[in-house]
Amino acid sequence: MRCMAKKYLSGSKVAQWALGLGLLALAAGHARAQTTGPASAISNGDNAWMLVSAALVLMMSGPGLALFYGGLVRKKNILGTMMQTFAMMAVVTVLWAVVTYSLAFGVGSGHFAAFIGGFHNMFLKGVPLTPIMEYAPTIPGQTFMVYQLMFAIITPALICGAFAERMKFSAMLVFMVLWAIVVYSPMAHMVWGIGGLLNASLGGKFPTLDFAGGTVVHVTSGVSALVVALYLGKRLGYPQKPMPPHSVVLSFVGACLLWVGWFGFNAGSALSAGSLATSAFVNTHFGAAAAAIGWAAAEWIRNGKPSALGAISGAVAGLVAITPASGFVTPMGALWIGLIAGVGCYLMVVKVKNIFGYDDSLDAFGVHGAGGTLGAILTGLFANSGINAIFGAGKATGFFEGNHGQVVNQLVGVAIAWTISIVGTLIILFVVDKLIGLRVSEDEEREGLDISQHGEEGYDFENA
Amino acid sequence: MQKIEAVIQPSKLDAVKDALVEVGILGITIFEARGHGRQKGHTEFYRGREYAVDLLPKVKLELVVPDEMVEKAIQAIITAARTGRIGDGKIFVSKIDEAIRIRNDERGEIAL
Repeated sequence: MRCMAKKYLSGSKVAQWALGLGLLALAAGHARAQTTGPASAISNGDNAWMLVSAALVLMMSGPGLALFYGGLVRKKNILGTMMQTFAMMAVVTVLWAVVTYSLAFGVGSGHFAAFIGGFHNMFLKGVPLTPIMEYAPTIPGQTFMVYQLMFAIITPALICGAFAERMKFSAMLVFMVLWAIVVYSPMAHMVWGIGGLLNASLGGKFPTLDFAGGTVVHVTSGVSALVVALYLGKRLGYPQKPMPPHSVVLSFVGACLLWVGWFGFNAGSALSAGSLATSAFVNTHFGAAAAAIGWAAAEWIRNGKPSALGAISGAVAGLVAITPASGFVTPMGALWIGLIAGVGCYLMVVKVKNIFGYDDSLDAFGVHGAGGTLGAILTGLFANSGINAIFGAGKATGFFEGNHGQVVNQLVGVAIAWTISIVGTLIILFVVDKLIGLRVSEDEEREGLDISQHGEEGYDFENA
Repeated sequence: MQKIEAVIQPSKLDAVKDALVEVGILGITIFEARGHGRQKGHTEFYRGREYAVDLLPKVKLELVVPDEMVEKAIQAIITAARTGRIGDGKIFVSKIDEAIRIRNDERGEIAL
């Protein structure tokens, strides 16, 4: 019976069911629209910056993350790894247009409104070219939608780092579609959506300061990554067989593209081109720099030599940690956050990972899960109303400014992110595994994903 | 006719090639290889784990020469490749049954 199920159930069947259910819900749902502003409210400056930011964030996925991760795996898996990110660029886009934008940013109904949007914006119905006042009053609604899409793309792509070199391509596609619906959309809604439980700017019950997605993007992807790594198990030969990166050069290029792209990720989250974007831009850069130094210094002390891979990993860790803080802290605060994250994530990756022995192949949890959690908590400490008076003029935002309770709210947001990631991911893994199987066979793993999953080779230097 | 196989340090390739040309040997095949004898490798770090890299880059040369040239070729290689340290490499000599020039069917020593 199970053999038959594996043979006949495919990713496309799952997609067909999802589409059918969605259309049904669309027919049944009642409309509760957001407030649309006039075209005259559009600021060309804001829109220009936001379109550039959206492009920068997409660049973070392709080629940024594709190269960063691609360089870290063995040669035989380079294309398989890059395909995983690229597939997100294509699949998540379509899914966003069909249903997940609506789930994340639509207005929900009744008791569920705090946790998930509705189906009213399915197929981008009601997403105007004029501003959506609650979200971004000076840019077209579709700019906001496409900017947020780039976040929805990179978040699942980050998870790929945990199951690198051993996940079936088909299973990954199904997993990611379900994850985008079950984990990302609710989390995005809670932190950024109208009525969201954790939304600090729209009166959520537990306002969590998360400027650009420390919890929504990094904690969810990082923690989910850990769950997948534990569920799938270690790669063949891990940890006895050394599996160093086949090209730190590619990873270096990828990391630098991530750093530059992150200006769109964080400064673009100001949803405008004014001084708040400047703050986020400055903080992003400072956080990355301090963290690179922190990680490299820690490595220099511990190993006697600072490695290039360590330095770029440090920069990424700093960028992760500064993400929730970027529009809330001062530049000096950003330096501190970066430094702490650089050293903290270094220890996560070299000590904690080896203590517990899990095969988080590309350190998705160590950098994103841990870095995001750390960053979210540090945001609660360092947030300053002088930079962003999000709770009202003159009202303290962070611990050091006098708002001692904010750290608790941060912990609530983090706890919810952890919970939804663990529970959601476990359920999805179980379902997908039973339906089509998650992991490649031993032979396929030895052969490499490029050949076994895609029928091609990344490098061919022999044919003259 | 004898075949000389020499495994040498990659940095010595240019010197060895020039030395062989100087004694009149014109045919040579070069392979990029990895290996070790008594030479220890080095350690690298990856994410907090230390691991030994003991397959070191080497260059292997193959040349087939007439019997009377064998000792000259060996001396040329040794002089050019020796540093006096462990890792200099090794030379092996074996007998060759036949040599054929593909272009014109010539066989024997004239084919070398």
